[in-house]
Amino acid sequence: MALALHTFATVKEANAALKSRGSRYLGGGTLVVRAANEGDVSVSSLIRSTEPSLSSIAVTDSKVRIGASVTMAAIARHPDLSFLTKAASAVGGPAVRNMATVGGNLFAPAPYGDFAVALLALDATVGTDDGETPIETFLAGRDTNRAIVTSVAFALPKADGFRFLKVSRVKPKGVSVLSIAAVLELAGDGAVSSARIALGCMADRPMRAKAAEKALIGKSLTKDGIAPALAAGNEGTSPITDPIASAWYRNEVLPVHLGRLLLT
Amino acid sequence: MAKVPVQFTLNGSEKAEFIDSGTTLLHALRDKIGDTSPKGGCHQGTCGACSVIIDGELRLSCLTLAETCNGAVITTTSGLSEGGVLHPLQHAFLDTFATQCGFCTPGMIMAAKVLLDHKPNPSRDEVVEALSGNICRCTGYEPIIQAVLHAARANSQNAA
Repeated sequence: MALALHTFATVKEANAALKSRGSRYLGGGTLVVRAANEGDVSVSSLIRSTEPSLSSIAVTDSKVRIGASVTMAAIARHPDLSFLTKAASAVGGPAVRNMATVGGNLFAPAPYGDFAVALLALDATVGTDDGETPIETFLAGRDTNRAIVTSVAFALPKADGFRFLKVSRVKPKGVSVLSIAAVLELAGDGAVSSARIALGCMADRPMRAKAAEKALIGKSLTKDGIAPALAAGNEGTSPITDPIASAWYRNEVLPVHLGRLLLT
Repeated sequence: MAKVPVQFTLNGSEKAEFIDSGTTLLHALRDKIGDTSPKGGCHQGTCGACSVIIDGELRLSCLTLAETCNGAVITTTSGLSEGGVLHPLQHAFLDTFATQCGFCTPGMIMAAKVLLDHKPNPSRDEVVEALSGNICRCTGYEPIIQAVLHAARANSQNAA
């Protein structure tokens, strides 16, 4: 393996170095070193930055900013981010969580990238040196993105407003059959006033369940109330087929698990 | 390709080595430094056989570049016994027949050690969770879970 690692103090310098052919950014190593170990010869040099802002978490009254190098383990144990513990703990085993970063998870192809599903439901923005990009735009263009992700930011959801579920065949740790994250707000009468639902493994990258979101507005979170949303849950999906599950199976079980998430 | 220097503390002793840039810690430990206790299983971060403890955290040495460990304190299973006396976890693995082919054992012991360092009396669920990134194809896991629980009990009896 002929790889060269170049470490830079600032993201700016690292961004400049990433312009050279064959270079990839090294976060926690769980994607890019794995690719190199598997014989991906397109990777010849690895770039990383040790800029401290990449590793910091800032939580204010209404907003959360997580540096791109923050690990899943750091999020899972952060006292102000307890609503994200389940989503961060859904990634890998303990050793992977000590390495895998928020920035890297945005690039993880299905069936990986469960945390990015949570970020999509939270309507996060993805920060680079060029500015902030809405996560949906970012995910759509991630294959050609060359700017180093420096942070993700999102508004704190209301208490109990965030829900997350990962389905895997092996317990407690297993690769996703699918994952679902939702941010729901309820009106005084219990009817859903706003809904954002994100799905993992139902396409090659995290996607919104927009039809289900729309079908949920004004409904109560009861078996009858959520029925239209469950019926619309598969709209626009094109799940992956892999050794974990077929596309057909993922589509079959999605409404079941979406129902469980909404009724919890 | 130019060699790069790496320096870290391995099992209490200082190590310095010149390696090729991009060398994984697993490769550096096994083939350069001669500590063959971390095993190369999948090289994908799936099996956990290469698990080591870096600065108190469980990491996968197959996905960690050695250069990023400059100045770090690294523990591997080969550093656990003291003066020929096995670590309580090693004893427990023997006593409960938690090892068959033995390939996963060093990684299992590292994962268990991190757990017991932070939580001397874990529940069974916590043990299962701590070992969830380590694959064993021989034992069916139950003896390994028992070994970790035994070691925890032995530790607390010694402390009492």
